[in-house]
Amino acid sequence: MSETILVVVEQREGKLNRVSWETLVAGQSLAAEMGWTLEAAVAGNGVSAIAGEVAAKKVSKIHALESPGFSPYTPEGFSAGLKQFISAKQPRLVLMPHTYQVRDFVPKLATAMGRTVISDCIGYRKEGDKLLFTRQMFQGKFAADVSFNCDPPWFVTFQNGAFRGDRVEAGASAAPVESVNVDIPQGTIRNKPQEVFKEAKQAVDLTQAEIIVSVGRGIKEQKHIELAKQLADALGGEIAASRPICDSGWLPMDRQIGSSGQTVAPKLYLALGISGAIQHIVGMKGARSVVAINKDHEAPIFEIADVAVVGNLFDVVPALIEEVKKMKSSA
Amino acid sequence: MKILVCMKQVPPKDAPLKLNEAGTWIREDVSYEVNEPDAFALEEALRQKEKHSGEVVVITAGPARAQQVLREALAKGADRAIHLEDAAFVGLDAFNTAGAFAAAIKDEQFDLIFTGLQSDDCGFAQTGVILAELLGWPHATIIMQIEKTEGGIKVKRELESGYFQFVEMPLPAVLTIQSGINKLRYATLIGIKQAKNKPLRKVALAELGPAITANSQKIERMYVPQKTKKTEYLEGSSAEIAKKLVEKLKDEIRVL
Ligand SMILES: Cc1cc2nc3c(=O)[nH]c(=O)nc-3n(C[C@H](O)[C@H](O)[C@H](O)COP(=O)(O)OP(=O)(O)OC[C@H]3O[C@@H](n4cnc5c(N)ncnc54)[C@H](O)[C@@H]3O)c2cc1C
Repeated sequence: MSETILVVVEQREGKLNRVSWETLVAGQSLAAEMGWTLEAAVAGNGVSAIAGEVAAKKVSKIHALESPGFSPYTPEGFSAGLKQFISAKQPRLVLMPHTYQVRDFVPKLATAMGRTVISDCIGYRKEGDKLLFTRQMFQGKFAADVSFNCDPPWFVTFQNGAFRGDRVEAGASAAPVESVNVDIPQGTIRNKPQEVFKEAKQAVDLTQAEIIVSVGRGIKEQKHIELAKQLADALGGEIAASRPICDSGWLPMDRQIGSSGQTVAPKLYLALGISGAIQHIVGMKGARSVVAINKDHEAPIFEIADVAVVGNLFDVVPALIEEVKKMKSSA
Repeated sequence: MKILVCMKQVPPKDAPLKLNEAGTWIREDVSYEVNEPDAFALEEALRQKEKHSGEVVVITAGPARAQQVLREALAKGADRAIHLEDAAFVGLDAFNTAGAFAAAIKDEQFDLIFTGLQSDDCGFAQTGVILAELLGWPHATIIMQIEKTEGGIKVKRELESGYFQFVEMPLPAVLTIQSGINKLRYATLIGIKQAKNKPLRKVALAELGPAITANSQKIERMYVPQKTKKTEYLEGSSAEIAKKLVEKLKDEIRVL
């Protein structure tokens, strides 16, 4: 019998999380390369519509796992329910997106099954008969190829952006949807989650900004934020920041860029003293041009920069402000 | 409340790192500091103790150098420390690290265990959740606020893109703490002095016995990632760089 790859797509409040397409692309590409069968699963309470959406893609089968215990989401419900299904099914690989939800339950699920998760991967490679999964180490300064040293099912989660979701292959015809009733016993779930909410209204909408000057911890002190603001003003752009700057209250939260902040796509993203952690990158990688000023030539931000300045921002930025002003006054 | 805080020693974010000869890990001759989210986890534990009284215990797994993290925690106000001391802990996967912690505290009764939400070196984001499963406790991840309630605690979970959610849960429980949950304190001189007399229990790898098994995932090799994007580096004096950059902004990027 052929081995199976199971992609568990993510739904929240009845909606498919689009990042699931990326994981499906990873599954499709692995299935083609390994000659394995690709199936998908979605867990929830009333997921037939989502299962139908996934069935249009190139997969052999969708399992619609239904249980009242899946809604609302809890790590205990998801771990218990998926364990039942995966233990019975015994796929070779279980793939999921590395979302806040997945990282909340998948280590529990794998541990409950006596297995392991290679988390937050950015790709895979086949070497001989070995399957290796690539993940970032030391905040992106290095990459590591990691192998499984245990029996399947092997759990893998993929980082947001690791595969191109828009490249997901459609199926020749709709894949069959199989509904599975999962029994999550009373007493399994101890957590009582409340409604999901958004903190305070956003005063600024950075998604429309054409120029963003973004400051990171390289700015060192609150009083130096002024310097970055002067540059933003000279350029006619908006000021934004990495998370630690907003955590410290040096700029308001609604100016934070990244996975827990805003996602922007300006014409110019000028990063000052930002290291380029993945959680920051996901919020700005859609920028048309990225200019990074950082004193550390190994900073991961340079990997996605179009223009790089390795140097001290306190030297470069004042000179830059002056030059921009000069140019504007002569124009 | 009796709270355990799991802490890890990692290289600073901007430390220049080199690969070892085998290309499986970094060369260890770098400086180290506490993993950032773990510092916030400690701070939160100290604040909870100040509010509700109790005890704060810190634990780390690592070679002799890792003791520094515990010393700093004691100086900031932790009551005692546990050091699982062995160089081999550096290479353990998240399952084994969690197993080692579970074994080391089997005779203790904690109400809460805090970990940072992930480490700056491996970034597994798993140790706390695995520990909860091994102990049979409920857990919640990426926590930005903790309140004591009648029957347990109410925590604020961070979700993506500025969303949050409150979750009520019973104790004992494991929480993984997000950076920025609070404002860190500094150790005081008197704290540093007192830390010298606080208990620090050392546990050897051998004492943990069967809790540690072969890693179920293995780093085959580590390397500097290949650049996929073409980056143009601007060089020269600050004035020269500024000039070149403005030309680019005008003629190529076309935002001026
Ligand atoms: C679940 C989760 C969600 C997160 N969400 C977000 C998010 O939404 N947004 C976000 O930004 N982060 C987020 N983070 C945090 C993220 O992982 C990083 O910790 C953060 O982005 C680092 O910010 P930074 O680059 O400003 O600081 P650091 O990583 O400390 O980098 C500072 C940089 O400044 C450089 N520097 C220092 N001095 C100078 C100088 N004089 N001149 C030039 N350069 C200098 C240094 O070389 C270094 O590269 C999240 C993390 C997690 C785990």
